[in-house]
Amino acid sequence: MRPGAELDIVELAGGVVLAAAILALWRKDLRALISLLALQGVALATLAAVLAVHDDDVSLGVVAGVVLVAKGIVIPGLLARVVRSDPGSRETSPLVNVPASLVAAAVLVVVSYLVTGRLSSLFPDALTRLAPLGLATVLVGFFVLVTRRKAVSQIVGLLLVDNGIALVAFLLTAGFPLLVELGASLDLLLVVVVLQVLTTAMRARFGHVDLDQLRELHD
Amino acid sequence: MTGGLADLAVVDPALAERVGVSAVQVGIVLVGGPLLLGLMGKLRARAEGRVGAPITQGLADLRKLLHKEAIRAEPTSAVSAMAPVVLVGSAAVAAALTPLVSTRPVSAGGADVFLVVYLLLMGSIALALGGLDAGTAFGGMGSSRAMTIGAISEPALLVGILALAVQARTSNLPGIVKASLAHPGWLASPQRILALGALVVVVIAETGRIPVDNPSTHLELTMIHEAMVLEQAGPDLALTTAGEAMRLGLLLGLVANLFFPWGVADSGGGLAIAVGIFALAVKASALAALIALIEVSTAKLRLFRVPELLAGGFVLAIVAVTIGLVSR
Repeated sequence: MRPGAELDIVELAGGVVLAAAILALWRKDLRALISLLALQGVALATLAAVLAVHDDDVSLGVVAGVVLVAKGIVIPGLLARVVRSDPGSRETSPLVNVPASLVAAAVLVVVSYLVTGRLSSLFPDALTRLAPLGLATVLVGFFVLVTRRKAVSQIVGLLLVDNGIALVAFLLTAGFPLLVELGASLDLLLVVVVLQVLTTAMRARFGHVDLDQLRELHD
Repeated sequence: MTGGLADLAVVDPALAERVGVSAVQVGIVLVGGPLLLGLMGKLRARAEGRVGAPITQGLADLRKLLHKEAIRAEPTSAVSAMAPVVLVGSAAVAAALTPLVSTRPVSAGGADVFLVVYLLLMGSIALALGGLDAGTAFGGMGSSRAMTIGAISEPALLVGILALAVQARTSNLPGIVKASLAHPGWLASPQRILALGALVVVVIAETGRIPVDNPSTHLELTMIHEAMVLEQAGPDLALTTAGEAMRLGLLLGLVANLFFPWGVADSGGGLAIAVGIFALAVKASALAALIALIEVSTAKLRLFRVPELLAGGFVLAIVAVTIGLVSR
């Protein structure tokens, strides 16, 4: 890819994806988490669109559209509905406190740079140089999955992991094939819908959506 | 220089220009700081549906305070007398060294990141000592809180700017601005986005704006900065207020120029300097408007959650440096 405005946009979008992942560890407000996810989705879609224009790749353009609609608009919208329907739990309840999680995030970013360094040196290129951003997003997403116990924050972690994988895929291989991306997006959408149904049912049965409380079997 | 001219022109013209640039910068920060505070106050008032004080209110307040009688609490020592002077002096020296209007201020080679950050720190320490000096409970409480916050925000400021220094391969501030001017592609790089996030948090904390401190109340449970200056009056208070406003103007101008170096004069000449002044005013006002917006839209954080906010800024800065170090 030639240096220039397109590369700038790709770098900017990659940086925004990682920054949004770190900010997702930082903010406790669930609504803020959801707008960060939406921002991440838009950044990913922009990145895919720029790559599509640069490579004259129509199917990648379609993927960019799918990513924008699914990850930028529909999934955050659904999650926002889940949060709105439960005014009692507007904040995450992390198992690890915020400063410690942030330090962990910094370590994860360093690790991802160390690990991916050899990968990017196989094919040194302006795009592969950015691949650690995607891996770092995946790792931060796993960290959110492990340490945040609310059902909504769990799904946020899962989506962070997925966005990270998508970022690595766009940067290293110019994206998944159209069919795979469509399938993955539909899967995610399904997961979010199931979560919405599940949290509603959980709240109706138990009055809360804290996964740590679900230890005993009920009739 | 030869013959008779040498006697008249003992001053090197290049040096004279640099001194001129620095003098202009100090003047701009001195006048612009209170104006920026006024602008932020005005924007907040408008967003809350009030008319608000005119933008020049800060300057008018300074003039009023300067004409008042100088009076100090009885048990105070020389520290109280020196604190406001050190605060203003350190801010003025930092303003003279940083590339605000032009990349060629006086002693541009010595304008290191560390020097400027520690000059700012010197001002904070002077202010905290001044707060302790009168021996009142509020002063000590304010100083202790300010130092707690400063202990986390100063490293974040240093590391945030260091992320840019790694990219530009120099810790010289004018050098960083010059390198960013030469490489417009850098402006969008990931480490800059992260560092900008970190520095916005730091500027909010260092200047005592709303999520960290509320400058418009005297509520003992929450006040930080106002508690330190409770014992000051007249010209002392005028100097302290001016010094604080200068720090705000300096930090906003520095962050604006480091991340968006457009318009900074890289050569001599009156026109370039005029463009630099105009660009600085526009960029600093835009950043001030952004901070005013944050102030309107957020509530003040509980004091014990402030370290959490600052830790976030610090980690963003660390990640920015890591990316810069590994990916260069």
